[in-house]
Amino acid sequence: MRRTPLPPEALDATDRAALNALQDPLPLVPRPFAALADRLGLTEAALIARLAHLREIGAITRFGPFLDAAAMGGAFCLCAMEVPGPRFDEVVTLVNAHPQVAHNYERAHRLNLWFVLACEDPKDISRLAAQITAETGLPVLCFPKEREFFIGFRVQA
Amino acid sequence: MIPDATDRRLLAATASGLPLTPAPFAEIAGWLGLSEDEVIARLRGLQEAGIIRRIAAAPNHYALGMTANGMSVWDVADEAVDRLGERVGALPFVSHCYRRPRALPGWPYNLFAMIHGSSRDEVQQKRTEIAALLGDACRGHDILYSTRILKKTGMRLAEGG
Repeated sequence: MRRTPLPPEALDATDRAALNALQDPLPLVPRPFAALADRLGLTEAALIARLAHLREIGAITRFGPFLDAAAMGGAFCLCAMEVPGPRFDEVVTLVNAHPQVAHNYERAHRLNLWFVLACEDPKDISRLAAQITAETGLPVLCFPKEREFFIGFRVQA
Repeated sequence: MIPDATDRRLLAATASGLPLTPAPFAEIAGWLGLSEDEVIARLRGLQEAGIIRRIAAAPNHYALGMTANGMSVWDVADEAVDRLGERVGALPFVSHCYRRPRALPGWPYNLFAMIHGSSRDEVQQKRTEIAALLGDACRGHDILYSTRILKKTGMRLAEGG
């Protein structure tokens, strides 16, 4: 995935309008791009070509379903640890060795290690957290999601 | 709702993206030996059940200049956190917003909001906007910037029933 900004001229005004509109839910109808194209004053074919181009230059990573992982079944939990600096690499190796560790970030804070556990069963979360504590000798704080708020996030292109 | 084996095939087939053609659902139907109507009906069912949030473009934040982000955390009065969490989540620069348990005494924060911006200054500015929105209901806050990605595994999807 591209990690650096595209030059501003990579997207023209129509690309930007299309990208903003394509972040809204695609209608589930046989010709989903046609209605959207009308709104943008484009033909269906032109909109699809723009979308393919946006994907090609890396302005979007994909065009498809956004899944709610938890709704699929399975359990997820954000966890954090306070790892002493000299032990950091060793502890990261122990934590990352678990395939259930999906993401792991170093963050600038007293709690400097933040990772997500993804398990089949909610019971596995606390068991695995306890296992990581046993392996590292360090407490694992669990921050399960109690409520998810509706997200209005849109990248303005 | 528990997705059945056909739903799972459909999710697996679309995981890397929809075909960019005028009738994408008909094309997917062709791959899976289903009718277009059935593909659309199943996608609607999955969306109504909340398993699919939406079908849309996933913008690349970095490519579009949103290169800075920070995990902001807030200690919000219990009686106000749900109402205010809705408002924070609805802000266009917040990509994730959750209520989570506190871990007292060291961690008083119960609202987590991921803030995105074009620079760290902009992220700080947006953090100030959230602080203003929360007002007196907020007793303290902090922001955690990531300094290194230590592991990032894509979500794996079981294909079995």
